[in-house]
Amino acid sequence: MILFELVEYDVLRVIWWLLLGVLLIGFAMTDGFDMGVGALLPFVGRTDVERRVVINTVGPVWEGNQVWFILGGGAIFAAWPPLYAVSFSGFYLAMFAILAALILRPVAFKYRSKRESATWRSVWDWALFAGGAVPALIFGVAVGNVLQGVPFELTPDLFSRYEGSFHAKFLGLLNPFALLTGLVSLSMLVTHGAAWLSLKTGGWVQTRAQRIGTVTGLVTIAGYLGAGLWLAYGIEGYGLVAEKVANGPSNPLYSEVARTATWLTVYAERPWIAVAPLLGLAGMTMAVRGLRGGREVTTLLWSKLGIFGAISSVGLTMFPFILPSSLDPRSSLTVWDASSSHRTLFTMLVATVIFMPLILAYTAWVYRVLWGKVTEDEVAEKSHSLY
Amino acid sequence: MDLDIVELSRFQFAMTAMYHFLFVPLTLGLSILVAIMETVYVMTGRPIWRQMTKFWGNLFGINFVLGVATGITMEFQFGMNWSYYSHYVGDVFGAPLAIEGLMAFFLEATFVGLFFFGWDKLSKVGHLTATWLVAIGSNFSALWILIANGWMQNPVGASFNPETMRMELDSFFEVLFNEVAQAKFVHTVSAGYVTASVFVLGVSAWYLLKDRHTALARRSITVAASFGLASALSVVVLGDESGYSASHTQKMKLAAIEGMWETHDAPAPFTAIGFPSLADRETHYAIEIPWVMGLIGTRSLNTEIPGINDLVDEAEERIKSGIVAYDALMTIREQRGDTAPEVRDTFEANSDNLGFAFLLLRYVEDPRDATPEQIATTAADTIPGVLPLFWAFRGMVGLGFLFIGVMVYFFWRSSFRQQSYPRWALKMAVAIIPAPWIAAELGWFVAEYGRQPWTVDGVLPTALSVSHLSVQDLLLTITGFLIFYTVLFVVEMGLMLKYIRKGPFQDVEETEAWEARHEHRLRTHDGKGPFAPAGASARSSADEAFSGTSPAE
Repeated sequence: MILFELVEYDVLRVIWWLLLGVLLIGFAMTDGFDMGVGALLPFVGRTDVERRVVINTVGPVWEGNQVWFILGGGAIFAAWPPLYAVSFSGFYLAMFAILAALILRPVAFKYRSKRESATWRSVWDWALFAGGAVPALIFGVAVGNVLQGVPFELTPDLFSRYEGSFHAKFLGLLNPFALLTGLVSLSMLVTHGAAWLSLKTGGWVQTRAQRIGTVTGLVTIAGYLGAGLWLAYGIEGYGLVAEKVANGPSNPLYSEVARTATWLTVYAERPWIAVAPLLGLAGMTMAVRGLRGGREVTTLLWSKLGIFGAISSVGLTMFPFILPSSLDPRSSLTVWDASSSHRTLFTMLVATVIFMPLILAYTAWVYRVLWGKVTEDEVAEKSHSLY
Repeated sequence: MDLDIVELSRFQFAMTAMYHFLFVPLTLGLSILVAIMETVYVMTGRPIWRQMTKFWGNLFGINFVLGVATGITMEFQFGMNWSYYSHYVGDVFGAPLAIEGLMAFFLEATFVGLFFFGWDKLSKVGHLTATWLVAIGSNFSALWILIANGWMQNPVGASFNPETMRMELDSFFEVLFNEVAQAKFVHTVSAGYVTASVFVLGVSAWYLLKDRHTALARRSITVAASFGLASALSVVVLGDESGYSASHTQKMKLAAIEGMWETHDAPAPFTAIGFPSLADRETHYAIEIPWVMGLIGTRSLNTEIPGINDLVDEAEERIKSGIVAYDALMTIREQRGDTAPEVRDTFEANSDNLGFAFLLLRYVEDPRDATPEQIATTAADTIPGVLPLFWAFRGMVGLGFLFIGVMVYFFWRSSFRQQSYPRWALKMAVAIIPAPWIAAELGWFVAEYGRQPWTVDGVLPTALSVSHLSVQDLLLTITGFLIFYTVLFVVEMGLMLKYIRKGPFQDVEETEAWEARHEHRLRTHDGKGPFAPAGASARSSADEAFSGTSPAE
């Protein structure tokens, strides 16, 4: 018996679509607050000690959190190679901006407090701000573009080509709808960062974080609703024309795709997916309430629920599409035709089943060891060893 | 195909990969050295060993973070700059990268936070466990990345699927136990261990020359020399294993490294020095050592190692077979599903050579239209740049033997000469600090430049692997990386030097208290702790730790 045939190809594809969602949500929930904290840093910390408190709340965990992003990249490469190939080269300059921010961020964490100079520290503080705000914004812009479709086409050799010159390609990403989704993403992660600071700090830093978080939380709710309405009435959707072949070879050109009036027709076919945006809105609303009321632990959990709902609503709305093409709809990548082979998906699933529970267990343990607030006294006392 | 894009993409990848590898070897080795030091601390309870752990751990952290930061670039560059490569081999190549994330990155990144922030939040053994998990995680990551890289050198366990136009996995175990990958893994991590040992040795030697922190420096030299000796020996022995596996997996690379144009009667000689010329297809002024090449490459006296010229002839045959495969592939694509079994059989019989037909795309639109001259030119294109490979390899090997010599010497002085080191030796140890980095970069150059013109040996040409980008795109990102990486390098070196100059943070009270508590035991052992310098009494070794003055000898 051949082991990988234990699980049907189409089932594996759906599992890996779910796992892709798990990784993105895991990334946004964990590294999301690191980025939010970075974006908040110059505003919630006025003195050097306050800023060090802020930085040290994420100091011990950002490295592990960032692995969600790296693993996300690796898992897309392994499970959805066409998606990896098309999206990373298509969003070339945007990816470069994210890379630049994500290279700067670790270095800023580590090096900021290693010299006394105020200029030195201020430069790295702004690096942390950019390292948090830029990726948070670009991820949202990318989601907005994916929902509208990306201008690429596949040749018969499955080489991906893009329309437009180098400037047009980059500026084209910055269209009004995508900027709105970018704003939602940025404000959502800033709110999440504020919820984290509310839990891990006290005094003025906590108060400022709660105030800013309340505002950005409201912006997130308004922006999310606005984007939803825009998507319903202003953005064309995509649909598979012929009967789906869920077990076929991964060649996107084998399927026929047509534009549909709106993405939201799927909500008529599968009404239950409305749960996702409702959960998102509920989470965000409760997080705002928690920030206003000064609740600590539950606020962070509500904020996580908000992120979960928002990201899964995008995935569920688009299913089975993962990267539609506005230039040549037939080239669009879907769950049924853009995955790895049956055997690779199975092998990777085995690896995930072995390692993911271990990762969750030791990550939870590390957070437990580090439980508790970071205080100004602690930073002053351990000035040498802390960030 | 736009050659500018190919060349610029290659330049960018080489640049970012070699920059990334400035930080990786030190991470690999120093993580283990630090874990060893902390183990001694937990076993003996002597504060000096914790101070050593923290001191080297701090340098480890400054280095580690740049390895992490530049590693992100590597993970995403395949998709950004090598989009067709990513599509074509992602089914096989992506899996080890993803498993690297699952098994290695999470481990090292999660516990490295505890290493720096967990000293007073964990028990001694708890913290030690975190340190070892960081070391294990780092080394696991090297395992998986070299499994991925090994597959590019020797693509086993996969075959081409005409319907999806890509390589697909046949056997994960073949990819995992690829002999090239395994040989490369052990060779590379050993090189990392040597790098860290030379680094610790050099920095400690500098302290001894300056007469500072001598207690820390002497102990560090002992650890570095013992660990470094074992590593320096294995890096050479395991490098030889790499050579042996290349003799039957990457014949062209091996022949190019040796500048061996003609197939020689077995056992072939080893050319120690010479000047290979691609134009003349000859190695000028060669000094040969009989038999050695045959022995290293085949471990026998009667197996031939093919020369470059014979391999070019073989490539020509494979190109012709590849054209047949390409023709069948086009038929399969047109007829989709209704293809006659004969066509499929023809394709299967020749599909191993499909990549060779792709090499022709440099000269013709459709490989089937290639003229015999174009086929001959393309066959000659399979020769990598012989001269740089020949010398880079010899540079690497020469440095490898140098490290063995240095480590033997310091191991001998530390074990049998009461840890006394002459000044010339200490100066030399400082001077050779950059050498392991040079050797490691030369090694990667030999491995990757020697693989040209392929990204995946015999499967996918480099020229075909790129993304649909413009020259401006690439110039912009290359400039960005150059500026960015230069600034970060300067900042990193500045901090490294600052913290080396500053030396360890020593808690005088704690050390004194510990010495007082154990005075009785230290006395009865004549002041000789397991790692204490000979002749140093308990008192003087304590003084030394505080004031940095060396004991009277």
